[in-house]
Order: sequence, then structure tokens, then C-alpha cells
Amino acid sequence: MIQIDIEKSLHGAEGLMDLKVNLKIKKGEFVVLMGESGAGKTTLLRVLAGLEKAKGDVVVEGISWQRVAVQKREIGFVFQDYALFENMSVEENLLFVKNDKKLASELLEITALSTLKGRNVMGLSGGQKQRVALCRAIMKNPKLLLMDEPLSALDNQMKYKLQTEIKVLHERFDMTTIMVSHDLESVFTLASRVLVLDKGIIVKDGSVQEVLKQEKQTYSVKVLSVKIENANNIATYSLLGKLLENEVDSTVKVGDSIEISLSSRLISR
Amino acid sequence: MDFTPFWISFKLAGLTTLILFIVALPLAWWLSQTRSKSKPFFEALTALPIVLPPSVLGFYLLVVLSPNSAVGGWVEDVFGVKLVFSFMGLVVASCFYSLPFMVQPLQNGFESLNRHMLEASYLAGKSKVQTVLKVALPNIKPSLITALIITFAHTVGEFGVVLMVGGSIPDETKVASVAIYEMVETMEYGQAHIYAGIMVVMSFLVLLAVYLFNHKQKTKIGIV
Repeated sequence: MIQIDIEKSLHGAEGLMDLKVNLKIKKGEFVVLMGESGAGKTTLLRVLAGLEKAKGDVVVEGISWQRVAVQKREIGFVFQDYALFENMSVEENLLFVKNDKKLASELLEITALSTLKGRNVMGLSGGQKQRVALCRAIMKNPKLLLMDEPLSALDNQMKYKLQTEIKVLHERFDMTTIMVSHDLESVFTLASRVLVLDKGIIVKDGSVQEVLKQEKQTYSVKVLSVKIENANNIATYSLLGKLLENEVDSTVKVGDSIEISLSSRLISR
Repeated sequence: MDFTPFWISFKLAGLTTLILFIVALPLAWWLSQTRSKSKPFFEALTALPIVLPPSVLGFYLLVVLSPNSAVGGWVEDVFGVKLVFSFMGLVVASCFYSLPFMVQPLQNGFESLNRHMLEASYLAGKSKVQTVLKVALPNIKPSLITALIITFAHTVGEFGVVLMVGGSIPDETKVASVAIYEMVETMEYGQAHIYAGIMVVMSFLVLLAVYLFNHKQKTKIGIV
């Protein structure tokens, strides 16, 4: 069990705000953290990792991490920009965390990177880099795996592949996981629980069904473009950092605001 | 022809580079990482030898290192070492004179690193020292090479400060640049040409080595 009770002032999307999070996460849960840019998602992960200070406490399996340095926290962290050690090969990146060749070999096998283990990480594609970053984060056998939008820079095919590997690794190592994601597909595939953070406060908390199917959860979005497909008007808009399309009334123009319900998107899936 | 002044210059430059690397590394790291309001103050202080006339720096060093001053007197009493008109004095003076040439490239290199990469090292359980030695330094090789070579070359080429603090004692403090000055004063132009020519060729080769290495590194990571 992980108990989080923290408070921190930070600069959000609309100026100074308070990040106030109080929640409990069961061991082995896969939590997807959603919310608009500047809502405090990354800061929450960084506070949990010990990379930023905050008031309050994080208690992991009965032990307070309040005074535990970042080096001593049993955390695996996957950065959005990979943050690999560029002077090292794929395998060296993993062994730098823990000199356990057997575990490194197993992780590289699961993520289909075994043949690249001797290659310098600078020569890898974005997808390969992110998989190395994922393996590196797991090398420590962390109690808590934190991932900051690991899928956002990847194309759809690579996103699907990494998503599957994350699922396999989560089940194999039974790590409590918090992943920041805007990607609805990954929410459905991976999450056992969804949190929605808005201006530093958790406004939704529950299973995928509970959070995303709530009738009242609607978003007002601006139409970015309108096209006609099979005699239907299709509007493109940005929601939760992702470009999405929906069928709309023929009167809708570019720049109009429309109400989008996540439940309707779920139903249309 | 006596090449002892060259040997003294290289010995001085080698020692100064080694000492400055050890001293400047933590300073450059701190300057690159700190958010302290005092940072500009320390940056300005570190850069001072670049803009100060060597005679000004030389004058103050002469005052501070003299046996009549508190510092110079204490060093002579405790260690029995004279810091003016001695080789040790030249090393101390050169460390002040060449400090910015070691600190600035290292600081710029550290500041250019991806902060997340350093945090990933901390998250991997590594201390700050381990992170600097195993992650930061290997990833700023061009800056590191620039710092080491430019500090060495700059110390070989210094004149004003060494003349003021060390004088021109043969086989002790008479470095190549001072020897050239004396040759010109005594109108030994033939010898001055040889000395000056050697300095020009060596300085060019050193700079060429730095630029070739940095170009190779940039090509390697695909910038050029």
C-alpha cells in the first residue's frame, strides 16, 4: 500500500496553484494519471520520486519516505525524453542501475532488444530508446514505477508495441505503477484505476469504467478542422493532448466550441 | 641552445592543469547546478582573470604571496615554501590566472546536459560524485578536452603574471615567454625567432587538436 498526502505550490497553466493530493494506492495497481497540461501531473511524479520537495508525506508499505533521499527510494522512473546515459550501450544503461546480467538479459528479451544490447543508445530509434528506458527503470526492482507520458513521442505502431510490453512487464514484476498519459487507448489497455488531475486537485478517481463513462464528463473543445467523409461532417479537435475526430452537425465550423462527452467516445469505440 | 625555459613552461602548465582540474571540477559543477542568487557573483569572480590586466593580478598576487603578508608568511612558516620568485609561487599564480579557462568550458558542458539524465542517475541510486564521474563527465568530452588543453596552452603562453610573481630566475622561474622577452631586449633576434617559432607551431597544433577532436565528436553524434 502506498499512501500519498502531499501539498506543494507550483506554477501551473493558469499561474500559481496548489498541488494537493491525498490518496491510497494498492500494491500492484496500475494507475493512469490524466489531466490537462499544467495540472500538476509531472510534478506529482517528481515529488513521489524525491526529485522535488513538498509538504506532507509518502508512505510506502508502512515506511515514510519523507526523509528518504532520491537515491534510496525504491522508484523506477521513465522520462518522456528517455534520459538515457548517452555514453553507454543498451546493456550498460541497465547494468549501471544494478549489476545483474540475468535480469538485464530477461528484460531485453521481453522488449526484443537483445540483439541491440551492445549498441550505443544514441543510435537507437525513439521507440527503442523508450524501451531501454523502461527496462532501466525496472532494473532496480522498484516498489513504485513512475512513467511520465512514455508513449507520447511514439507513432501508433510503436505505441501499441510498447503498451503491450508495459503490460507484460507490469504483470511479470507486479510493480505498483503510476503512468501519466493522454492516450485513451493506453488507458483502456493498461489502467486498473484512473485519476484525473485538474489544477492540482484529483477530480476523478475510479476504475476506467467509472471515470470515463460518467455521463457528466464532458469537455468543451474548439474545432480545429472540418472535413466531409461519406456525406458526414467530421470535426477534428484536441482533447487531453490528443487529436481526435467526431461526427458533428453540418452547421459546425472551424473555431466553434463543441461539447464532447468521453462516454460517447467510449460508446462509439 | 638551452631549452630549459620550455621545460619549465610545460612543467608549470602540466601542474597547473592538474591542480585546476581537481579544484575547478566541483566549482564548475556547483555553478552549473545551483539556483542560488549568489551564482552571478561567483561567476564574475571566476571570470575576473580574463579581463584584469596581468599586471594587476600579478601585483595583488605578489602582495598576498609575499613573506611579509599573512598568507605568504604562514605558508613559509608552516611548509617552508617561498611563494614569490619561486616555482611554487608560479604554480599558485598560474592557478588563479588560468582558473576561468578551466571552469567556464566545464560549466558550459555541465549546463548543456539533459537534466533528466542526471536525475536518472540519482534514481539509479548513484551519488552526486558518481553521477559527475560516470555520467556527466563522459557526456561532455568536447568541453572537458577544451578545458584541459586551453588551460594548458594558456598557462604556457602567460607572461605578465609570471614575470611579476616569479621574476626570471634561470632554471627556476624563467619560462619560455619570459626568455623570449629577454632575448628581444638583448637583441638576440635569431634565438628569439627560434623560441617564438616553436611557440607559434605548438600553440597552433594544440588548437588544431582541440578543434579536430570537437569536430569528430559532433560528427559522431550527427550535429555536423
